[in-house]
Amino acid sequence: MASSPQTLFEKVWHRHEVVAETPATPAVLYIDLHLIHEVTSPQAFTVLRERGLKLRRPELTFATMDHSTPTRTEQVFGGAPITIEAAARQVRELEVNCAAFGVELLGLRHARRGIVHIIGPELGLTQPGRTVVCGDSHTSTHGALGALAFGIGTTEVGHVLATQCLLQRKPRTLAINVSGKLAGGVTAKDLILAIIGKIGVAGGTGHVIEYRGETIRSLGLDERMTVCNMSIEAGARAGMIAPDETTYAYLAGRPRAPQGAAWDEALEGWRQLPTDVGARFDREVDIDAASLEPMVTYGTNPGMVIPISGSIPQRPGDAAYAKSLAYMGFEPGRPIAEQPVNVVFVGSCTNGRLSDLRDAASLLRGRKVARGVQMLVVPGSQEVKREAEAEGLHTVFLEAGAEWRESGCSMCLGMNGDLVPKGQYAVSTSNRNFEGRQGVGARTLLASPLTAAASAVRGRLTDPRELM
Amino acid sequence: MDPIKTLRSRTVVLPVSDVDTDQIIPARFLTTTTRSGLGANLFADWRYGSDGTPKPDFVLNRPEAKGCAILVAGNNFGCGSSREHAPWALTEYGFRAVVSTQIADIFRNNSLKNGLVPVIVDQGTHGWLMEHPGTEVTIDLESTSLKLPTGESVRFPLEPFARFCLMNGVDELGFLLGREKEIGAYEQRQGAGYCV
Ligand code: SF4
Repeated sequence: MASSPQTLFEKVWHRHEVVAETPATPAVLYIDLHLIHEVTSPQAFTVLRERGLKLRRPELTFATMDHSTPTRTEQVFGGAPITIEAAARQVRELEVNCAAFGVELLGLRHARRGIVHIIGPELGLTQPGRTVVCGDSHTSTHGALGALAFGIGTTEVGHVLATQCLLQRKPRTLAINVSGKLAGGVTAKDLILAIIGKIGVAGGTGHVIEYRGETIRSLGLDERMTVCNMSIEAGARAGMIAPDETTYAYLAGRPRAPQGAAWDEALEGWRQLPTDVGARFDREVDIDAASLEPMVTYGTNPGMVIPISGSIPQRPGDAAYAKSLAYMGFEPGRPIAEQPVNVVFVGSCTNGRLSDLRDAASLLRGRKVARGVQMLVVPGSQEVKREAEAEGLHTVFLEAGAEWRESGCSMCLGMNGDLVPKGQYAVSTSNRNFEGRQGVGARTLLASPLTAAASAVRGRLTDPRELM
Repeated sequence: MDPIKTLRSRTVVLPVSDVDTDQIIPARFLTTTTRSGLGANLFADWRYGSDGTPKPDFVLNRPEAKGCAILVAGNNFGCGSSREHAPWALTEYGFRAVVSTQIADIFRNNSLKNGLVPVIVDQGTHGWLMEHPGTEVTIDLESTSLKLPTGESVRFPLEPFARFCLMNGVDELGFLLGREKEIGAYEQRQGAGYCV
């Protein structure tokens, strides 16, 4: 008898069940790839030491440093000290832990270092059908290749280090079906912001999202990663996209992807992964991409989002909403476009890949960043940096008056000192506009790299289509 | 972890919805490499002025908040990052439970591993609690219920294994290490796993 139709998620889940769940106990789920970084791992290594434990599979564990690392070239390569002493200590501690426990580390000066969610796919470590975890909520990014990837806390980092397994309840499934062609100037970032606006910041709680439909199929891998990256902003721990020819073409030849006969064998397996015809999801949501405009957030969570031609919504009597607008310095009813901007940040695991930098450069070429605006362009990895420089993108940014930095999380969360000053407005290609995320009192407007670049040129929030 | 069977405490009400982990513990405090010392910076940007002095009107700075172990927050608590520093900060401060209408997945998982009970209640109960700050409630894990001073008792969902671990002080790592045989067998079935 043929087995009943399964979703992509269910196939990956079942293949990794060491012990299936029962009413009394969660499943024991095997993890194929564990990525670690300097901020959420030190306390996990402490637990291993206290209990005299070793890593079960050090060869499936992979470390980099990104969150608190400097982006100024002289601090990365020039021997200038890392200004924040605690950040320097975290970096040293990761080096010591990786050496002591036998974990491969892409250290501060390594040529392939970068933001953990950029380098996993870039190196070919992230592959379809794998389970991938990391002590970071944007691990959902890796789902763009058809992996089941989700963020975990530090206690769970310790569990995976020691046992290569996690205790997990099986989440529910949510299909987001996207149809229609994105208009010119409207990007994957606008699409995912619109999705979050539609289902809300808790709309995906308890679910794994599968993004489906012709629009998703037509996206390149960089764009698919942008979409999956922000699944967590809708409350979903994981977002997945079925692997297809675009995925295989992206992976072929990557340093850690299978080669030769192993590639053919892997490919055969990957082709079995997409959701079967007739498989059921617990919930489904349909999105029409053709009607979308560039999107921008106006509040203090990513669900507070409107088309760039829109006005700040009215919600009389909602105190929490009023508090959020007060933080942003916005009044209901006011159009969002033309909002003066102080800082523009292009980077992060959401939009720090080559195609994002190309987008931003396309609008900056031959133009200048407006006077009084600080623009920071931070590539997602050193490899992205090299590729961008090979195309001359860095010259475009520098000639426009933007800063061109070494890779890292940078202003996405401001741990390394790259901060938006208090009260200032930042158009940012990152993923969170929470109060204080980019610095105490910083006011973040999330948008695409196109919108960010257009706004940098005008010094005001600008629809990129006006410059295209 | 100490076993928890019941919690009895007055509540602190934080009337903000979608409280994210960046509010609970801002990123600049994540440069620590230990678990301790975070409680002092819980809700730092709401709790302290730019000169570091406590803001008198913030709920945690009011005298009646002292000693309260149960935090009642607005809808959807704990969204955002996976930082376990959030429950570490809450528990070091002295909270043992968080009550809301919805609690984000990763935060909930992290809380359960640190003896912080995530309590999800219906809108009606939540509304009542929001309107009665400082009320004394009991959270009973045996019956997974929240008992109000009105005599009313409301059930809340708690994953059975997590409840078992909380009530018996069981540590999940010990449980997983006990599955060595099954994990080894799985690895044998899979061959070498993936080759790096
Ligand atoms: S770029 Fe931002 S969201 Fe991504 S891993 Fe770094 S801090 Fe987290």
